[in-house]
Amino acid sequence: MITVTDLRKVYRQGKKEVVALDGVTLSVPKGSIHGIIGHSGAGKSTLVRCLTLLDRPTSGSVSIDGTELSSVRDSEIRAARRRIGMVFQHANLMDSRTAAGNVAHPLELVKTPKDKIRAKVADLLSLVGLEGFENAYPSQLSGGQRQRVGIARALAAEPDVLLCDEPTSALDPATTDEILDLIQDLTKRLQLTVLIITHEMNVVKRVCDSVSLLSKGRIIEHGALKDVAGDLESKLAKALLPLPASEPLKGALQGGPVLEILFAGDNAKEPVLTGVARHFDIDLNVLAGSVETLGGQQFGHLRVQLAENADYDAVLAYLHQRGIGAKLAGTKTTASDTVDLDAVDLDEADLDRAGLDKTGLGDAAGRNS
Amino acid sequence: MNDIFSNPVLAKALPEAIVETLQMVGISAFFTVLVGLPLGVFLHVTAPGGLRPMPVTNRIMSDVIVNITRSIPFAILMVALIPLARLLTGTSLGPIAASVSLSIGTIPFFARLVETCLRDVHHGKIDAAQVMGSTKMQVINKVMLRESLPALVAATTTTVVTLVGYSAMAGLVGGGGLGKLAYNYGFQRFDVTVMIVTIVLIIVLVQVIQLVGEQIARSLDHR
Repeated sequence: MITVTDLRKVYRQGKKEVVALDGVTLSVPKGSIHGIIGHSGAGKSTLVRCLTLLDRPTSGSVSIDGTELSSVRDSEIRAARRRIGMVFQHANLMDSRTAAGNVAHPLELVKTPKDKIRAKVADLLSLVGLEGFENAYPSQLSGGQRQRVGIARALAAEPDVLLCDEPTSALDPATTDEILDLIQDLTKRLQLTVLIITHEMNVVKRVCDSVSLLSKGRIIEHGALKDVAGDLESKLAKALLPLPASEPLKGALQGGPVLEILFAGDNAKEPVLTGVARHFDIDLNVLAGSVETLGGQQFGHLRVQLAENADYDAVLAYLHQRGIGAKLAGTKTTASDTVDLDAVDLDEADLDRAGLDKTGLGDAAGRNS
Repeated sequence: MNDIFSNPVLAKALPEAIVETLQMVGISAFFTVLVGLPLGVFLHVTAPGGLRPMPVTNRIMSDVIVNITRSIPFAILMVALIPLARLLTGTSLGPIAASVSLSIGTIPFFARLVETCLRDVHHGKIDAAQVMGSTKMQVINKVMLRESLPALVAATTTTVVTLVGYSAMAGLVGGGGLGKLAYNYGFQRFDVTVMIVTIVLIIVLVQVIQLVGEQIARSLDHR
């Protein structure tokens, strides 16, 4: 379990003070994976440096299982660092060492006996699926294999926390999936506490149990994946279940009110749309949609247009009654081709600026099938 | 061809000159690496943003000592250091005395090369080593020096080749060796054979050093 409390980091640039982290608080229980997502400049790198004690936080604390890390004396800083294993974006392996040599590196630092190192390295390499690659140099390995060596190295000192800084950002989609599966598997098997820092929403979708959105040094949203995804108002939900900024379909319903509907969990199984159609005796049209399984739960995010002059207040009340998130996204009643989706577009533009990886429906569905 | 074997200067003085040149290059290369390597590491590590930043000391070391020494032409440094050579070796003549000024002349050059090699070690590797709990010395030994070893060997090769050139100059101010041979006989007595033979020998020497250095560097490089 890692707990970060009100972590602040202020850099001094001449006379100016730059606040890189502005009171970050989060806690991740043992055996679970927490994603921290944010655009560049949000403070991700500073957070990593403070967690690994490469930089001292200005104030606040980092503790692992109740042991305070951020205030240890300089002489104890190395022992404290060994409680956190770190996986880097580019693996950062030593080119002069073989795969086995790289995994042995953290063990050599504390003068582990040679035969113990050899046994441990063999165990770790087989744990990450690299038996037989002991003597390969990093240049002879693929990107995914290098990252596996990096993970084995991070686990060598038997850390409580695995901190992954953009672990898959340099990998292709198939390798990304393999590495994420490995991280998920290791988390369960070794009961690790895992923090994944990333800008890719897909990483969060695939493996994270909970997620925080970091922006301008603050965590502006956080929670279990299934909670944030089920909240129609959250930015994370919009990024997790993205709706394409669609040209509205040209159909019979032009000009009717547009609703945004979010099903979560059991609600997703019920035939709500046809229920609405029957109950109110109106036609409706799905303009855009995103259906995902997140954290073991099904989610559906739809943009639906109702027939012109439909009583959308009654429809919203009907949906809310059934515990389904729904809100009005636009009400242009003129017969123009464009539906006023200002509110939605604005938020999506925000996310664009936030650098969040929005995946289209097709890709997202494919990756979760 | 006959010229070469019948030339009395070559027969008598050449072997000694070769030995003297090798002595000068060997001794000064040894001391250059011995002092220049730690100096280069120090310059890199104490630089701003380095492993152990010491801005003032780094500034003094870097600017005053290294740059001034490097900006004095070697021929002048050579002569200026004769008293120091006499103090250290008891004589101002011969290859051993010449090695003093040769070493002092090339140490800053080599230190700068070492600094550059270390700077090329990717910062992520140093972060990785620190995060796994390395001491600063462990970072220097196990990461910086080990990862830049192929580059360091190449830098040493360059330095030794430079030393061959400097040693020829040192020959003129009492160091002996092939430089003196070429100057005394080839230049002052117009003995073209001696001149050509020394030039060829120096070229061969440089080639051999270059080849050996490259071989070693390549065998160490796993990138």
